[in-house]
Amino acid sequence: MSGVFVWIDQFHGKALPIAWEALGVGRKIADSHNVSLTALVFGQGTDAVVQAVFHYGADRVVKCDDATLADFRLEPYVALLDKVIVDEKPLVVIGGGSTRGRELLAAAAADTNAGLLADITELTIEGDMLQGIRPVYAGKILSTAIIKGNVQFVTIRSRAFPTPIADPSKSGEVISVAPVLSEDQIATKVIAFEETKGSVNLADARIIVSGGRGVGGPDGFAPVRELADVLGAAVGASRATVDAGWIPYAHQVGQTGKVVSPDLYIAAGISGAIQHQAGMRTSKVIVAINKDPDAPMFKLARYGIVGDLFKILPALTAAFKSKLGK
Amino acid sequence: MSVVVITKSTPDTAARVEVNAAGAVTWGDAQVVINPWDEYSVTEAVLLKEAHPVKTVALTVGPEIHAEALKQGLAIGIDEAVRVWDDGMEGQDSLGYSNAVTATINKLGDVDLIIFGKELVDVATDAHIFQVARKLGWPVLGAVSRIVTIDFAAKTITVERLIEEGKQTLSSTLPAVISVLKDINEPKYPSFIGIRKASKAIIPVWGSADLGIGDSGSASAALVKTTGYANLPVRQGSVEIIDGATDQEKADKLVAKLLEDKVL
Ligand SMILES: Cc1cc2nc3c(=O)[nH]c(=O)nc-3n(C[C@H](O)[C@H](O)[C@H](O)COP(=O)(O)OP(=O)(O)OC[C@H]3O[C@@H](n4cnc5c(N)ncnc54)[C@H](O)[C@@H]3O)c2cc1C
Ligand SMILES: Nc1ncnc2c1ncn2[C@@H]1O[C@H](COP(=O)(O)O)[C@@H](O)[C@H]1O
Repeated sequence: MSGVFVWIDQFHGKALPIAWEALGVGRKIADSHNVSLTALVFGQGTDAVVQAVFHYGADRVVKCDDATLADFRLEPYVALLDKVIVDEKPLVVIGGGSTRGRELLAAAAADTNAGLLADITELTIEGDMLQGIRPVYAGKILSTAIIKGNVQFVTIRSRAFPTPIADPSKSGEVISVAPVLSEDQIATKVIAFEETKGSVNLADARIIVSGGRGVGGPDGFAPVRELADVLGAAVGASRATVDAGWIPYAHQVGQTGKVVSPDLYIAAGISGAIQHQAGMRTSKVIVAINKDPDAPMFKLARYGIVGDLFKILPALTAAFKSKLGK
Repeated sequence: MSVVVITKSTPDTAARVEVNAAGAVTWGDAQVVINPWDEYSVTEAVLLKEAHPVKTVALTVGPEIHAEALKQGLAIGIDEAVRVWDDGMEGQDSLGYSNAVTATINKLGDVDLIIFGKELVDVATDAHIFQVARKLGWPVLGAVSRIVTIDFAAKTITVERLIEEGKQTLSSTLPAVISVLKDINEPKYPSFIGIRKASKAIIPVWGSADLGIGDSGSASAALVKTTGYANLPVRQGSVEIIDGATDQEKADKLVAKLLEDKVL
């Protein structure tokens, strides 16, 4: 049974949007080779995810539901993935380039001595050869690479590929497999977990409102958050504000933070340094709000408002509220 | 007992990087610096050395240009440095890289911890981190924001790691591989004495033959091959500055435009 496999990234029984994007890429490759598409669902309490993967295009599911897999740990996950690969010999294994996906696929590629096309934003299929493109040097240039070998691993960047349209009428065969490692064979133990409250995952966000040094202090993020709330957006930040301790590092966008690609990126009080651009350059529409008309962010932006963010952001919040009927 | 930091050099992050007519990646006369994420890994190794009886080693796999990162490490306080390279390695893929590092770690011996920066800022890859760990057969803890405890005698480590959904606390055994994030420490910078010491250091270079790895670290064994580089397509259009008599009028106009463009 050699087909295309997609590993489904899920957290506590909920799939990440990038899992569907990966299924879309998998469907394309499977169709071009005329083979089946298998979704790999590992975790605990994943029934809802298993149902959903069929809606997004999988033909069959290999699942492992076990307490050792409740939280992602590389050792039990990769041992299981290795075994499925050795047993079923897929042509291609695809995963989303989330923190977990990047680790898991790199590790499985090493264990099976296979090539990995990592973090791609475009994919072309030429015969049985895959070619990937990804931005390098902080997105300043593009690099193209090809991959060969019996099993080929691919990870994709968030929001670079479309989400397939879900078809809730679809279902398929579910194969359950046993875990490979038992708890006493796993060196890594999860001691605690602290969920970031109310946070929208920046990499998956459709809209991001970001604040820079212009917000002036920790309280200056209030108007940024208020606008984000009205839009259902995630809150981003420049490194200057993170280094100043105004907002946690998890919000940092840029070369040494998160790389994001939303439909709309609103930058308020961010000058637009090259290292910040590295993290948000591929956003579809960029809006710059800055009191300095010469700020570099205006060069990248589609729309700009020259003005004081403490006046413009509340005005935008009010305008969106009335237009979106909230 | 030793701690190894694995690092590389990269053009300064403010450099203008372009692909020239011959298809090569260029950065003009911009300076080459240590991979910015590695400022944190090097600092973490030096902090561990200050608190524990461990030796610290900086390692790079790459041509001469990457000795810059090693020198920076030595200047900050790393004890020793090794560069791994031979011409056959040019164009190696991440598996080849991992084979070379694994053989080097085994040759060094007595290594308890390998620290990487989160990723390479230039090629934005982190696959090699997890592949090195798998080739060594060691546990790997990625995206570490804090080492909570480390006990080199009892061979245990506890860390905090940042994932998309929040902060995980994990424990593991040593030897292990970790990759560290920006908020793990405040980077140390080279001292004057450190820079002098580093400039005088003679850094040994080990090739495939020294490591006894045949061609498994070479381009000839690579399954992934970079076929070319390209400049970004030129961004269409320029910014439209939204004007208005009042701030509310500007905001209303912008919202209308965004709705018209179907951005929302
Ligand atoms: C190796 C390296 C890695 C880096 N990585 C990152 C990274 O990942 N992410 C990142 O963001 N940076 C990064 N940086 C830092 C980067 O170079 C800039 O220093 C940083 O992005 C500046 O943040 P800022 O735009 O908020 O601050 P500033 O550059 O100080 O800009 C503040 C802006 O706010 C405007 N302003 C002030 N008050 C108001 C107001 N009331 N209303 C409207 N506008 C106002 C000002 O006109 C100014 O343009 C990195 C740097 C290095 C060297
Ligand atoms: N488009 C790409 N997709 C996936 N991996 C790549 C790509 N380009 C380069 N690589 C790998 O990334 C590493 C660094 O590549 P380079 O860009 O040549 O310095 C090597 O392991 C390459 O094989």
